[in-house]
Amino acid sequence: MNLTEFFRSVWNNPTILTILALLFAPVFGCVLMSLDRKITARMQGRMGPPWLQPFYDLCKLFGKQPLALHRPQIMYAVLHLVFMMLVVVLLVQGQDLLMVLFVQAFSVICLVLGGMSVRSPYSWIGSQRKILQMLAYEPVLVLLILAVNLRDSSFLASKVMENPQPLLFSMPLLFLAFLCVVAIEFQKSPFDVATSHHAHQEIVKGITLEFSGPFLGIIEIAHCYEMAIFFGLMMAFWHTSLLAGFLLAFCSFLFLLILDNAFSRLTSYWMLRYMWTVPLTLALANLIWLWR
Amino acid sequence: MTKATSKSPWIVHFNCNSCNGCDIEFLACLTPVYDVERLGVVHVGNPKHADILVVTGSVNHRNRRVLKNVYEQMPSPKVVVAMGICPATGGIFADCYNVIGGVGKVIPVDVYVPGCPPKPEAMIDGIIEAVGILEKKRCNTETVRPELPVKIVKPAPAPASAPASGASEKAVAN
Repeated sequence: MNLTEFFRSVWNNPTILTILALLFAPVFGCVLMSLDRKITARMQGRMGPPWLQPFYDLCKLFGKQPLALHRPQIMYAVLHLVFMMLVVVLLVQGQDLLMVLFVQAFSVICLVLGGMSVRSPYSWIGSQRKILQMLAYEPVLVLLILAVNLRDSSFLASKVMENPQPLLFSMPLLFLAFLCVVAIEFQKSPFDVATSHHAHQEIVKGITLEFSGPFLGIIEIAHCYEMAIFFGLMMAFWHTSLLAGFLLAFCSFLFLLILDNAFSRLTSYWMLRYMWTVPLTLALANLIWLWR
Repeated sequence: MTKATSKSPWIVHFNCNSCNGCDIEFLACLTPVYDVERLGVVHVGNPKHADILVVTGSVNHRNRRVLKNVYEQMPSPKVVVAMGICPATGGIFADCYNVIGGVGKVIPVDVYVPGCPPKPEAMIDGIIEAVGILEKKRCNTETVRPELPVKIVKPAPAPASAPASGASEKAVAN
């Protein structure tokens, strides 16, 4: 009984909840990465790495010699992480979704600036592809937020949570479009053009090429946050029940893994064409449906 | 931290003029049969992310600078594995005019895996050995390793009927 009350008090205290989210989001992101590597290995008939592999990788990266080409590069990596953390804070506090969108975009832009600030051609190619990725998914995200506004007549994340009906029922097509966005954010094939989870040789890791040691570790942590954020957003499509939301997000995650293993990497222009036709059409169709 | 270092060796593979035999065998280690990823090994293409540098092939004057550059780009602690007999001594190419004769003449090598090509099992053994050295380097407890205990391969004696053996003298001079 006492425990339930304790949990309730924690749940209702936004400050504690924010701190908990900031602490556990990267751990959850690492768990997702570990699952990803393990399941992918099993799909390919391999054993796969140990379950704690992403944690080992991160620890190792922070134990390496800090080599950076110049100081701004370090700053861009740190800013990438800080803005990703800010996204978590904004979401947990139930703030403006448009703000969340732009802070997330700003975080990615910091990474792109970091990639562009060095003179390595592969890093430049990766950064340009990252910008193309942003161009591809941002319209879908904007339409998603517009649709949320049409349904709940508010941009606030907390207002969405108050609606008794799950989001999925009123925007199933938008969920499909959102899955494509998540595939881009999780660096999954066929969209993993800027830098890839599994293909380490693809443009020599693209945008993270010139980051090494602890600075690569910072970017990895930011990526863990990003994975946790987008998993959480998928869960938010069924916000009325925690279990149903988790199942929905987890099934989508498994679906993305199958997609990752079934598809080869396609070109960035194909991605742009695809994202601006199929998911955008789905999102627009859903938007018309919600229009009153 | 040291445990994490030994659990996640990321490998960059550099081909110094190899015949591709060792390269293909090394890539075979990633396949489901051997699956080095269960040891945490990731085959990265980027020296800045890597802990272990695997070199195949006999080094020549052209790629010596590139090899040194790749080695210097890796953040320490780092370990070099010479995969095959060519990076150890020059192998059957030892008496070629352009071959330097071993990676050890360009960068410090920690593990030699001889063979032409070595079996994937031997390669994995070499990697595990390298991981142990990586761990020691991380703790600064590494002892000085002895030089390569293998003699440089000399060219075979010229046939009796052949005229003055200029080639063999040249190789000895090297």
